[in-house]
Amino acid sequence: MGILAKVSQVCAQYDANIIDVNQTVMDDMFCMVMLAVIDKLKTDLDQFRGVLETLAAENGLQIHVMHQDVFTTMHHV
Amino acid sequence: MLNTKDIMETINMIQEENLDIRTITMGISLLDCIDPDADAACRKIYNKIMSKAGRLVQVGEEIEKEYGIPIINKRISVTPIAIISAASGNPIKYAHALEQAAADCGVNFIGGYSALVQKGFAPGDEALIRSIPQALAETDHVCSSVNIGSTKAGINLDACKLMGEVVRQTAEATQDRNCIGAAKLVVFCNAPEDNPFMAGAFHGVGEADCIINVGVSGPGVVRAALAKAKGASISEVADIIKKTAFKITRMGQLVGTVAGKRLGVPFGIVDLSLAPTPAVGDSVAHILEEIGLEQCGTHGTTAALALLNDAVKKGGVMASSRVGGLSGAFIPVTEDAGMIDAARSGSLRLEKLEAMTAVCSVGLDMIVIPGDTPATTISAIIADEAAIGMVNSKTTAVRVIPAIGVKAGEELDFGGLLGYGPVMEINPKSAADFINRGGQIPAPMQSLKN
Repeated sequence: MGILAKVSQVCAQYDANIIDVNQTVMDDMFCMVMLAVIDKLKTDLDQFRGVLETLAAENGLQIHVMHQDVFTTMHHV
Repeated sequence: MLNTKDIMETINMIQEENLDIRTITMGISLLDCIDPDADAACRKIYNKIMSKAGRLVQVGEEIEKEYGIPIINKRISVTPIAIISAASGNPIKYAHALEQAAADCGVNFIGGYSALVQKGFAPGDEALIRSIPQALAETDHVCSSVNIGSTKAGINLDACKLMGEVVRQTAEATQDRNCIGAAKLVVFCNAPEDNPFMAGAFHGVGEADCIINVGVSGPGVVRAALAKAKGASISEVADIIKKTAFKITRMGQLVGTVAGKRLGVPFGIVDLSLAPTPAVGDSVAHILEEIGLEQCGTHGTTAALALLNDAVKKGGVMASSRVGGLSGAFIPVTEDAGMIDAARSGSLRLEKLEAMTAVCSVGLDMIVIPGDTPATTISAIIADEAAIGMVNSKTTAVRVIPAIGVKAGEELDFGGLLGYGPVMEINPKSAADFINRGGQIPAPMQSLKN
């Protein structure tokens, strides 16, 4: 199963609704940015992050779960 | 949609370059806790702090988790205790009340065991100042500051003399703990009333009842940005620092706004500061070296620091709706890996640090001086630094740690963010006759500025 499929599966399992996915290669590194709505998340964000971090550790990936506001605040006025 | 490059940049700043929010500090007014009975006043103080800041640490941790931004410290600042304790006397009781409240709230530090005496001693001021060594020896979280000068009032030389003695006594009283008491004591000229950074934070009397102030950090981020611009002109360097400071400050604005909302308290200010830590990759000295100095402290350091300090402010002001506090680059020697190295090698000396304070945000900060330094010499160091602040209409401060019982060539290690550092040389000639004159250095001219 590919990276996209694995991460999507966890999102589906916890009702995180993926509304946009963007994949690119930066500095020889595969980067996937997934924008998900967490209004109906079945668990709290911290636990959801934990599940994804476990998935990352098992597959040699790095997954960061962060709030969209952090990026919009930093890069847009 | 967000740009992948921007997202990766932010993640990199946090993961690799030590971007963090250095502190969220809740300022609490204690003016409504004044009581002629010290015990009653202390009860009111404890209850007010607990009611306002009881959830501060919890909310800070929630924001950290939700937004993925580390918030290193959660702190409290209060109205200068000399004002509150004047009616009852016995300021030590107030120190213990603050300590109890800080410990029960779970904050790192509580600031405000302070007095403002730039133009003279009001009732309560001298008693509080004389109690500082005992207060800082008997508490772990309490921080103290005394403002002894201002551009409008001049410098209270009697207070300078007293503070030289108090700094020494505080180090002596905590000799068994690396003289750490003196690391929690700041002597100011032009002290800001909304500073979120310790040890000098207090909640000014002109402030609202309760506010949230935020101090940002990020020397590592600035250095990393400059490392990508080898060979760029100095104007480009200034632009890179401005852009980076803008991004760092936006984080502070976000965290302050969210924290204020969740705690039901107005958001006060973002302090636009580059605050180093002893961790590798979190050093202001290393930024100066990235700009082109072989080692911090050499010729050119003052100019490079002036540029850095100004660019940080220019970038930060655009990024936040409300700016205040100390705002600028900090140069605390023991808290900055590059400064520690420069002090050890002899490249960074006290005289150069003094010049640097004329162009950056604070003053002679976290400097270990010989344990046999006379109190009058410490007073003279304070007077020199206050003069720079007074004449240049800026905040300056002195936080020196006399290394009681430590031999020349040895080091003090405070642990944690306060860091470690070598004993620095001072000028051995006496200034006692100057300090013992007492009185007030008059306020300077505000015109004919040369």
